[in-house]
Amino acid sequence: MTAAKGGKNGSTKNGEPVETWDLRLYTAGQTPKSMAAIRNLKRICEEHLPGRYHIEVIDLMANPRLAKDDQIVAIPTLVRKLPDPLRKIVGDLSDESRTLVGLQLRRHQEEERQ
Amino acid sequence: MERAPTSRFKPTELAKTASGISGLDEITHGGLPRGRPTLICGTAGCGKTLFGMEFLIRGATEFGEPGVFMAFEETADELAQNVRSLGFDLEKLMAEKKIAVDYVHIERSEIEETGEFDLEGLFLRLGMAIDEVGAKRVVLDTIENLFGGFSNALILRSELRRLFRWLKERGVTAIITAERGEGTLTRNGIEEYVSDCVILLDHRVSEQVSTRRLRIVKYRGTTHGTNEYPFLIDENGISVLPLTSLGLNHAASKERISSGVPALDEMLGGEGYYRGSSILLSGTAGTGKTSLAAHFANATCARGERCLYLAFEESPQQLARNMRSIGVDLEPWMKQGLLRVDASRPSLHGLEMHLVRVHKQVAEFKPDVVIIDPISNLVTAGTQVDTEAMLLRLIDFLKSSGITALFTNLTSGGNAWEKTDVGVSSIIDTWILLRDIELGGERNRGLYVLKSRGMKHSNQIREFLITARGIDLLPVYVGPEGVLTGSMRAAQEARESAARVEQEHAAERRQRELAARRAALEAQIKALQAEFAAAEQEASASAEQEAARERALDEQRAEAAVRRGGPTLAAKAGKTTAKGKAK
Repeated sequence: MTAAKGGKNGSTKNGEPVETWDLRLYTAGQTPKSMAAIRNLKRICEEHLPGRYHIEVIDLMANPRLAKDDQIVAIPTLVRKLPDPLRKIVGDLSDESRTLVGLQLRRHQEEERQ
Repeated sequence: MERAPTSRFKPTELAKTASGISGLDEITHGGLPRGRPTLICGTAGCGKTLFGMEFLIRGATEFGEPGVFMAFEETADELAQNVRSLGFDLEKLMAEKKIAVDYVHIERSEIEETGEFDLEGLFLRLGMAIDEVGAKRVVLDTIENLFGGFSNALILRSELRRLFRWLKERGVTAIITAERGEGTLTRNGIEEYVSDCVILLDHRVSEQVSTRRLRIVKYRGTTHGTNEYPFLIDENGISVLPLTSLGLNHAASKERISSGVPALDEMLGGEGYYRGSSILLSGTAGTGKTSLAAHFANATCARGERCLYLAFEESPQQLARNMRSIGVDLEPWMKQGLLRVDASRPSLHGLEMHLVRVHKQVAEFKPDVVIIDPISNLVTAGTQVDTEAMLLRLIDFLKSSGITALFTNLTSGGNAWEKTDVGVSSIIDTWILLRDIELGGERNRGLYVLKSRGMKHSNQIREFLITARGIDLLPVYVGPEGVLTGSMRAAQEARESAARVEQEHAAERRQRELAARRAALEAQIKALQAEFAAAEQEASASAEQEAARERALDEQRAEAAVRRGGPTLAAKAGKTTAKGKAK
C-alpha cells in the first residue's frame, strides 16, 4: 500500500514517500458550525498539507444512513481516513492546535522542519 | 395497539404504555408514561439493559408497538445473544422490522474535540431508526456513555435536554438507562432531565443470598406503589413481585374438601378443610407432617383435582416410595399429570426466585391445591423477616387465586409448640399441631387442631397412628391416670378387658350358684312333702286301728251283755256302733 501511494504521490526531498490525506467531514445541513468547520478545515489543510489532501464533505441530512455506518454521533465530525490509523475530530475545528494534534499533523510538521 | 392496557383507567389520567414486564404494570397502575421518557437507573449488573430490551420485545410481540434499541455498550449481535437465553429471538424481530438496533460506538481515544459541536448525528440515527420500523418505543442504553466519549459536559447536557424534548415531540415512550452514582441516582445527573418517571433497580447480597429489587422513585402525575419490590430475571425475563396484594378481598368459599384422613375430617367439623383456605401442619421432626400432607395430595388427586407439591426435603421418587410404605400411592397421580412434585433445595435460589417459581407453576399447572413441605426450610434462603414477607405474599397470592394451600412447618426442639419459626401462624386459617407424647419409655404421636377458622372443630387430642394402610386417628385414652398413648394405652385397655372378663365370669358363677340353690331348696321341699305324706298315712292308719279296736271292744261288750242279758245295753251298744261308723 505504502509503495503504491509513494509512486502515486511522489516523494519528499529526502526520498520518503508522501501520503495523500484523505479527509471526510460530516455535517448536517448548512448550520453555522458546519460552515465554520469547512472553512477552518480548508485553511488548516492549505497551510499544513498543501497539495496533498482530499476533502469530502458529507451532509448527513441528505444521507442519514452513513451516520450509522460510519459511527457518527457528533456534528461536525472530521474523519481522517488516510493515513492510518483512523482518527475522529469532533467540533468546528476552531481550536487549531487541537485540530493539528487530532490529525497528528504536529508530528509531521516537526519532521519536515528537521 | 392490539391490546388497550390503558382502557381500564379513567381517561383523565395520564396515558400509560404497558411495559409487558410481569408485575411492573401492576405496581405502576398501567405501565410507563406514554410518549415520555422513563429513567431506569441502577448499579452494574442490576438488569437495566434487560429491562429495556424486554420493554421493547414485549412491545413488539404483545402490543404491536415496534421499537428502537440504541445501544452504547453492546453490539446488536451481543444483545441478541444475551437475550436469547431469556427466550427472546431478537434477530427474528429485527428481520421482521419490528425492532431496530443501532450500536453507537464511542471511543474516547479516537476522538479529539476541537470546538463547538452537537449530537445531531445521534438524532439523525435515532430518527432514521424510528422511521424505519415505525417505532413507538425507544431504549437508550446507556446514554451516559456519551459522557465518557466527550469531555465537554456543557454541550452534552444541553444536547441531552434537547434529546429528551425531541423524544417527547416524536411521541415515543422511551427508556433511558443510567448507571447509579455515589449518593445520586445517576452518575451524571441525568435524572434532572428525565423527570416524568424514575425507576431504581438494585441488586443486593445479604447473607450470601442475592436479591434484586425495584423501586419507583418518582412517577409524575400518577399514583404508584412505593415499596421496594423484589424482582428477578429468569428464563422468561423479568418478573416484578408486588409485595402484598391489594387487600383482603378474596372470595371465601363455603365448599369443604377432605383432608384425606376421615378421622381428621371428623375433627374438622366432620367435613374437612375449607376450599381456598390455608392450612398449617406444624410439629417437630418425625411427627408425620409429610405423611399427612401426602394424604391430602392423594385425596385431592382422587377427586380429579390438581395438586402442586413443592418438596424442599425429598425428591419426587423418594416421596413416592416413602408414601407407598404407608399405603399412599402417589405415582399414578404423577403419571396422570394430576400431581406435580417440584423438588428443590431451598438454598438453590433466593426467596424471590422461590416465590416466582410458585407463581409460574401456578400459572402453568393451575393447581387446586398447593402443598409446601416444609416452609421452615425457606429460612435458609433468606432472613427471617424476608421469609415472613415472602410467605405472606405467597399465602395472599394463593388465597386470591382460590387455591387451597397446605404448609408444613418444622418446629425446632425447645421452641414453644404454638409458635411457628416463620411467624405465619396468624394468617393461617387452619392450624393442626402434631406433637410427640413421651410416656412409659415410648414416643407416640398426637394430633390436635389448634385453630380452624369458621368451623366447629374438635378440641380433642388424638393419637396419630401411621400404619401400612395410611394414617389413623384414635381417641386418646383419658383415665384417672391421665392421657395414655401407645403401649401404655394398650396395657390399660388389656387391663380393662381382663376386668370385664372377670366380671362376666363372676356373674356366671352367681347364676350357677343360684340354680344350685334353687335345686337344693326344691329338693328340700320335696322331702318335706314326702314326710308330710308319710305322717298323714300313718295318722289314718292309726285311726283305723282305733276304730277296729273300738269295734272289737263293742263286740266284746255286746257279747258280755248278751251273756248277762240286758236290753238297755243292747240299745246302747247300737248307738256306739253308729258313732264308730260315722267316724
